[in-house]
Amino acid sequence: MSKLVIENVSRVFPAVRGGAPTRALEPTSLSVADNDFVTILGPSGCGKSTLLRMIAGLDTPTTGTLMLDGKPITGPGADRGMVFQSYTLFPWLTVSENISFGLRERGMAPRECAAIAGAWLEKVGLTSFANHFPKQLSGGMQQRTAIARALANDPKILLLDEPFGALDNQTRGLMQELLLGIWERERKTVIFVTHDIEEAAFLASRVVVMTARPGRIKADIAVDLPHPRLYTLKTSPEFAVLKARLTEEIRAEAVLAAEAH
Amino acid sequence: MKPLAPISSSARITLGIAFFVLFVAAWSYATFGGFVSKTFLANPLTMLNDGWDLLTKQGFLTDIGMTIWRVIGGFVLAAVFAVPIGILMGAYKPVEAFLEPFVSFARYLPASAFIPLLILWAGIGELQKLLVIFIGSVFQLILMVAVTVGSVRRDLVEASLTLGARDAGVLKRVLVPAAAPGIAEILRLVLGWAWTYVIVAELIGSSSGIGHMIIDSQALLATGQIIFGIIVIGVIGLISDYAFKALNRALFPWSIL
Repeated sequence: MSKLVIENVSRVFPAVRGGAPTRALEPTSLSVADNDFVTILGPSGCGKSTLLRMIAGLDTPTTGTLMLDGKPITGPGADRGMVFQSYTLFPWLTVSENISFGLRERGMAPRECAAIAGAWLEKVGLTSFANHFPKQLSGGMQQRTAIARALANDPKILLLDEPFGALDNQTRGLMQELLLGIWERERKTVIFVTHDIEEAAFLASRVVVMTARPGRIKADIAVDLPHPRLYTLKTSPEFAVLKARLTEEIRAEAVLAAEAH
Repeated sequence: MKPLAPISSSARITLGIAFFVLFVAAWSYATFGGFVSKTFLANPLTMLNDGWDLLTKQGFLTDIGMTIWRVIGGFVLAAVFAVPIGILMGAYKPVEAFLEPFVSFARYLPASAFIPLLILWAGIGELQKLLVIFIGSVFQLILMVAVTVGSVRRDLVEASLTLGARDAGVLKRVLVPAAAPGIAEILRLVLGWAWTYVIVAELIGSSSGIGHMIIDSQALLATGQIIFGIIVIGVIGLISDYAFKALNRALFPWSIL
């Protein structure tokens, strides 16, 4: 059964000061099954973030429809949790209060909120930072909190927009394993946008490759690597084959994108 | 000196006091040295002497109390109107489109020019003094609060929306808390301006207050008293400023991390 159905969705940004309108995304169709982990891989400016924002309901498509569980998406809502590339924890709330933001919004009692926040703090390894403010945390810790904040709300689908883009390589590797571990346990439907080939291949059960602007889907590649996946997978021969294939797919697009900018 | 390099807190205090010392030294040199006529500028000792006389014999403490009450009364009145209106203007674009042009216009109307009109409307009682401060502060406050609320990071609002926040929730749980330290800072700033309006209000048609004492002293050529009055205002301003800063730090510990 398909959880998320995207049909002929396109996005054209209106012209600014007499210039030509920007075609960010060509009409695109995509179905995402329940419990799938889909990564959307593409060069910068390929409309992958735009597509994700439309799924979140933060942007509206120029044409086409998006359906989640058979219901059209008309605006943002708690059923689609999102982790942004920029650090978007609320700076006036502690880590624990950040995680329970969505629960409080739903009117849940403070005691229950604290219990759920506590469980998520443990899952992302931040129990001892429960009462810290976001600015007292490193970038990796902030993004772990952001993941916990989105998942504590128990969304139907988790959207991640290059969440580890600003982190150093080592931290990024650890974060990927943490996210994958959570997915292997919780079996959420996840859509993860990235421009990093290795990241896309390591996390996904399915990689969707997009072309340079105007964006459209170029390839849709299933990843059959076994779970649980450990960092050692990244140096295995079958991973190298997959990476090589994705590199070929994306290289032509990166060249086009570089010429366009 | 390296640009932006921090200094120790003892150095900061010493330097801060040093300028006051320098200022008084220059003043003493000009007055005791006979470079300025006594009629126009009293020397520091005369000023202190006159000040003591004001406090002990002329009931100047009552004047100070009156002025403080007027500033706080007028300012609180302005804040009670301005902060909610400013928040609504910053949060909702139609409210902004409705009010912004008028408020921007009203902001430039000089509060002191309203004094004759306010005397006609409200007499020369306390209400008139409060209204001068109110008119002087309220429009500035509204605009500054609106800008602060309107410039809350958009991605924080979006994050709250993906967590299920509705319109009222975005306002109450994102826009207001995110803008709160900025609003507190604006209140601190505009309170300083309220002090200038109160003195102007007291210069005309008043029978008490620091401004009234100053205008009386002018008739007597008592420059020592005038300067003492001005310095008292400065000291009260300094104290209230530090109190406000300390309060903001206590209320919003996260904003200074």
